Amino acid sequence: MTASYGAMLDSLTRLRGIRGAMVVSVEDGLVVAESLMAGLKGPTLAALSATLASRVTELTGSSGYGQPRFLHLQGTDGALLVAPGSSDLLLVAVAGKDVPLGLLRLEMLRMAERLT
Amino acid sequence: MTEDIRALSAQYAADPSSLVFLRLAEALRQRRQLDAALKIALQGLSRYPHLPEAHDLYARILTDKHDYANAFDEWDTVLRLSPDHLGAHKGIGFLYYRAGEPDHALYHLRLAAELDPGDAGLRAAVERVAGGEEIWEAPMPEAPPEREEEARAVTVAVGDPFAGLEGAEERLLLVDQDGFRLGGGLLSGEGVDVSEAAGAMLAGTAREASRAARMLELGEWGHLIVEAAGVGVCLLRPTADTSLLSTMDAGLPAGQLSFFAERAAKAARAWLERVR
Repeated sequence: MTASYGAMLDSLTRLRGIRGAMVVSVEDGLVVAESLMAGLKGPTLAALSATLASRVTELTGSSGYGQPRFLHLQGTDGALLVAPGSSDLLLVAVAGKDVPLGLLRLEMLRMAERLT
Repeated sequence: MTEDIRALSAQYAADPSSLVFLRLAEALRQRRQLDAALKIALQGLSRYPHLPEAHDLYARILTDKHDYANAFDEWDTVLRLSPDHLGAHKGIGFLYYRAGEPDHALYHLRLAAELDPGDAGLRAAVERVAGGEEIWEAPMPEAPPEREEEARAVTVAVGDPFAGLEGAEERLLLVDQDGFRLGGGLLSGEGVDVSEAAGAMLAGTAREASRAARMLELGEWGHLIVEAAGVGVCLLRPTADTSLLSTMDAGLPAGQLSFFAERAAKAARAWLERVR
């Protein structure tokens, strides 16, 4: 299963401006599979993504909006993108500055459906 | 859970002198049908002018309509009729907090927490205002000297940050760093007021977003956009110590959502400058 995640992540990181992608267990914030450029720390990215996704899920749940299907944290120097899968897994990507995110978002939503 | 408005309306129509007006007006308030709620509450008050629950209900509706001065007077009336009224202590504590009077706010919120020790949210609110859990070890203070006219005037002056903006009471919510609502309001997809529940989560989520951006070297974070079923949500920080949430129907471009949120953030910053 991890090998198929590897192929999925590699196809994401081939997109222009993507610094890394990974599959994360949302429950414990641990890395399941990763494809990262140098400089990105996998365990840190996994833990932060899982915590942020949990917080957002609490927020949307308490607001009556249900489960989030995509998160986009935009900073001045890059973006963090998170697509929760149907199981306890997250698909996470980090993009650089000024990267068009439309295609990446669509790819991530499609791939997240295959996370099991 | 919001009660069935149709059933309550039928009960009220069958017996207008019954106390069902309390439940009907509250259900309408939670559905943000504030004018209808106000009408029912006033009809009830005309029949039961000395009923604390009727004044408390009226005060909650006035607060939702941003008429803080009259809400203050109503809760003050409740406390004269019933000095241990939970809702009035909570409400007037909120108004004092909003007016920048933490001592008065803490006094009333702590009294409320003692009246309802099982309310975890209220306990958390007391600890946030007091700055820590040690508050429970301190003896209950005497009531701070009331400066009713001053507090009333402040609550009038601050107004609402999103007055005049589209969605000001349904799609925009501003909270401080402790999650206290400063302005706006939020309705769920079912039309239920979820401002307090969302506010309690909003500040923590914004802090987490800030931490992630910093540790992942994404620079200063601008916004967090969340796609959920039927709705798009945008979080941002108008100032370092406030968080704003705005929502739009799903399917609209993310750029439109962030533009809407940025416009609200600008209004919030202007309002905060005036208030502070």
